[in-house]
Amino acid sequence: MRNEDLLPLQEVTADAPERLREVAEAEFRTIGGRNRTTDGLFKSTGKAIYTDDITFPGMLHAKILRSTEPHAKILSIDPAKALALPGVYDVITGKELPTPYGIIPWTPDEHALAVGKVRFVGDAVACVAAVDEETAVAALELIEVEYERLPYYLDPEEALAEVAAENPIHEPRKPGRNGNVLKRVQLEFGPVDEKMVKADVLVEGEYLFHGTTHTPIEPHCAISRMNQNGLLEVWSATQVPHYLQREIARVLGLDVAKVRVVQPAVGGAFGGKSEPFDLEFCVALLAVRTGRPVKILYTREEVFYSHRGRHPMKMTYRVGASRDGRILAVDAKTILDGGAYASFGLVTTYYSGQLLTAPYEIDSYRFDSTRVYTNKAPCGPKRGHGSVQPRFAFEISLDKVAEELDLDPIEFRRGVFMGTGRTVNEFRVQSNGFLECLESVEKASGWRDKFRKMGYGRGIGVAGSCYISGTNYPIYPNPMPQAAVQVQVERSGRVTVLHGASEIGQGSDSTMAYIACEELGVPLDYVRVFSADTDLVPVDLGAYSSRETVMVGNACVMACRQIGEQVRGSVASEWGLEPSRVRLAGGWAFDSGDPDSPEGRMPIAQAFQLAEAGHGTLGAVGHYNTPKEGVHGEYRGGTIGASPAYSFTAHVAEVEVDPDSGFVEVKTIWVAHDCGRALNPMLVEGQIEGSAYMGCAEAILEEQTYKTGEHQGALHDAPSLLDYRIPTSLDCPEFVPLIVESIDPEGPYGAKEAGEGPLHPSLPAIANAIYDAIGIRIDSLPFTPDRVWRAIRDAEAAKSAEEVA
Amino acid sequence: MKDVITLHINGDEVEVGVSTHFTLLETLRYALGLTGSKQGCDKGDCGACTVLLDGQPHLACIMPVYEAIGRRITTVEGLAEGRVPHPLQDAFDLCGAAQCGFCTPGILCSAYGLLAQNVDPSRDEIRRALSGNLCRCTGYTKIFEAVEIAAESLRTGADPRDIVAERYDLAFPSSSMQPAEHTAVSSTGASDA
Repeated sequence: MRNEDLLPLQEVTADAPERLREVAEAEFRTIGGRNRTTDGLFKSTGKAIYTDDITFPGMLHAKILRSTEPHAKILSIDPAKALALPGVYDVITGKELPTPYGIIPWTPDEHALAVGKVRFVGDAVACVAAVDEETAVAALELIEVEYERLPYYLDPEEALAEVAAENPIHEPRKPGRNGNVLKRVQLEFGPVDEKMVKADVLVEGEYLFHGTTHTPIEPHCAISRMNQNGLLEVWSATQVPHYLQREIARVLGLDVAKVRVVQPAVGGAFGGKSEPFDLEFCVALLAVRTGRPVKILYTREEVFYSHRGRHPMKMTYRVGASRDGRILAVDAKTILDGGAYASFGLVTTYYSGQLLTAPYEIDSYRFDSTRVYTNKAPCGPKRGHGSVQPRFAFEISLDKVAEELDLDPIEFRRGVFMGTGRTVNEFRVQSNGFLECLESVEKASGWRDKFRKMGYGRGIGVAGSCYISGTNYPIYPNPMPQAAVQVQVERSGRVTVLHGASEIGQGSDSTMAYIACEELGVPLDYVRVFSADTDLVPVDLGAYSSRETVMVGNACVMACRQIGEQVRGSVASEWGLEPSRVRLAGGWAFDSGDPDSPEGRMPIAQAFQLAEAGHGTLGAVGHYNTPKEGVHGEYRGGTIGASPAYSFTAHVAEVEVDPDSGFVEVKTIWVAHDCGRALNPMLVEGQIEGSAYMGCAEAILEEQTYKTGEHQGALHDAPSLLDYRIPTSLDCPEFVPLIVESIDPEGPYGAKEAGEGPLHPSLPAIANAIYDAIGIRIDSLPFTPDRVWRAIRDAEAAKSAEEVA
Repeated sequence: MKDVITLHINGDEVEVGVSTHFTLLETLRYALGLTGSKQGCDKGDCGACTVLLDGQPHLACIMPVYEAIGRRITTVEGLAEGRVPHPLQDAFDLCGAAQCGFCTPGILCSAYGLLAQNVDPSRDEIRRALSGNLCRCTGYTKIFEAVEIAAESLRTGADPRDIVAERYDLAFPSSSMQPAEHTAVSSTGASDA
């Protein structure tokens, strides 16, 4: 091929030829760099398209009528007056969508619109499609619903009572059981009772996690359009397009192949958009029935009632340790307050125990977790699903144990570090940077000069954690790959990556672009990424369980390497070299043995053209499936919580407590996170800071609570962004992100997750810091001024009572 | 009731038909297709709808559109001059200050308002200026950093890319920080809708 045959090249972003020696010597050209994102400028210039930014000609607006009762039979629904309102096109109720659904295939207990009864204030009852939003809202007022009230339960312990079983929120799946229990998991690893007896130190405590919600700034929104060729399209602010596609097809009785789900830019999710919601089924059915495009945009109040946030948990922990600082036994009993529907609850129940067993060596462990239905908005997975609450209880327990043993809490944690190998519940851990994490926060925070030395009112606390990089088993059992990527390479130098991962702000689109750059040698602006459109991309299961970097990343590496091999082979034969000498990087194919030679380099597009001439059109698919052998125990439930790779985190938090007001100011949080290889440190820092922010907010500000009392029972206490207090820029401490890179053999380039793990230690680190500051243990969240003030007063009262006695 | 009004938006004078109860945000998003300004709460709590009126940040979701008549309205779509993004917009990408990006347009408008009055703000002044804009992704650190870099760029005339490259001592700044107008396209920017 002659140079004149080549198409015009854009060399503007390629590395200067004189830098190729430096490129040749670097391990990576793009991976590990603080690169731009693929979508950042679209977002910062207002061009990114979110679901509510989309409109279609003739589009109707729909609104959902929601239950005013926490628990009631529906005696009748009369939509006649609403239907008679000019501008109203359709009203649907539960009888039009009778098929139950649920994200977990074993617990489908939800209907898009209530069938027979409602189970919480906010449960969807009917849906109106009208010419505009105002007409739809007016029509809601005209729908007449007759309810027969049933007893309702706001406290899981009420719902567990025998009398509550007579009027359960859901019918029991097996006769004779209390229908209010979704799931109970009891697992024991090693002889807990035997070890507990031998413990030199035994710490017992009861801990309360209060319940919080995701609060993405973008409310849920969905649009559907039915086409004349029988294709139903749905655009939705979801983080699980594939599951949504399946569930819409199942509930509407359609062929999955005739449903297209598109996920536009998503304005935050955090787990709050990781299952199908009522609005998606409603727009789909209304689009089918009316033949018009239909949109629903939740109000902020509806976002709060849709919830799926972090479960309130009441946790009783007993931790036994030996004098020499070993953890001999952990015995945990947990009640999970699930709200009205199952959501991911079956998994949450397992996670509340299964995810606690690293990074520490634990000789024996038992947990007993029960998830209970209550008549409140359904709980589900929030960033750090299922394990943030037990981690709170456990890390405070460890702080207490360290104190009893008269050990520095960091020293104590160092002593029980498990390293790699098997956890007590038999998960395989292949990389573990927790020690470096501890060292990193210890040093950065000036721990040794501060711990127990800061005086009354100032304190510092530490905590650690572990999290999963995706789950070994998909939500619905199947032997197919968990992730797949298709890569196309075109003669202009342009590389297109088609993948199913959901970009929700965490940077999965950008990550795939960095991988394509690294493997195929193109500059970043030669890469186009298309994701999360079920008509365009291979199946991926979505953005949950921190699975995208490891799973989709590995699939992307696999696809790119096949093409890279063809390209290097073609260039090598052109130059008469071994293919292994050809490096693709920085916009060039070059001879890595002689990077300074003008004869030993060609622009990457020219290399692609050589390969295309030799091999035909360049394209490849890659996939990833999780290892199944030897990565978990063979006991019932042993697969749940098993992951290809585990991330580790350590936090040190510094606080100031005002004893007069009870106000806790978190000054600084140092966060060291072992994410394996940081594919882009800037994005990893963003995940670390965002996680620590969210955990800190749960510790001191946020609380999802409900009103009690006859007239407003079960109403959400604070369904607005004014009353539900998410931190403003003035409320945040300083975050110091510290990256630790233990290279995991299972991850792409050794990468693990960074999106959820760094949240966990925030809460217990702050709790332990408060203890350091005022010498009082507060084991119930959140640490709001009233609670802290009360704890200080109670401690003072107890002390003076003691003195009097 | 419907009405036709004239607004000055991003340098254009536009006539637009509105329902008389429309807010400025509804007018921008639904009547004019300027969807860059976001609705997060519709009651003035979150700041995602922040736009500039005569250079001052205002909440468009609680402002009746009639109050905007006769005033110079600037939205996120109007911050850039021509093809080149405003230093704030570029710095937000370079620093990872926009994760999900939903609060970004409002935050940019608040920050723009700040920098118009104070081109060398302290971190505390930035915190205060952005305290009406909720971000749920970042913990704000990267946002503060981006505003500081944009401020430096405005003060010194330096390209935000060079400031970032120097601050982080980047190995490959020239091409990993490619010109903004050549940035990669992702599906979020290329919806078929």
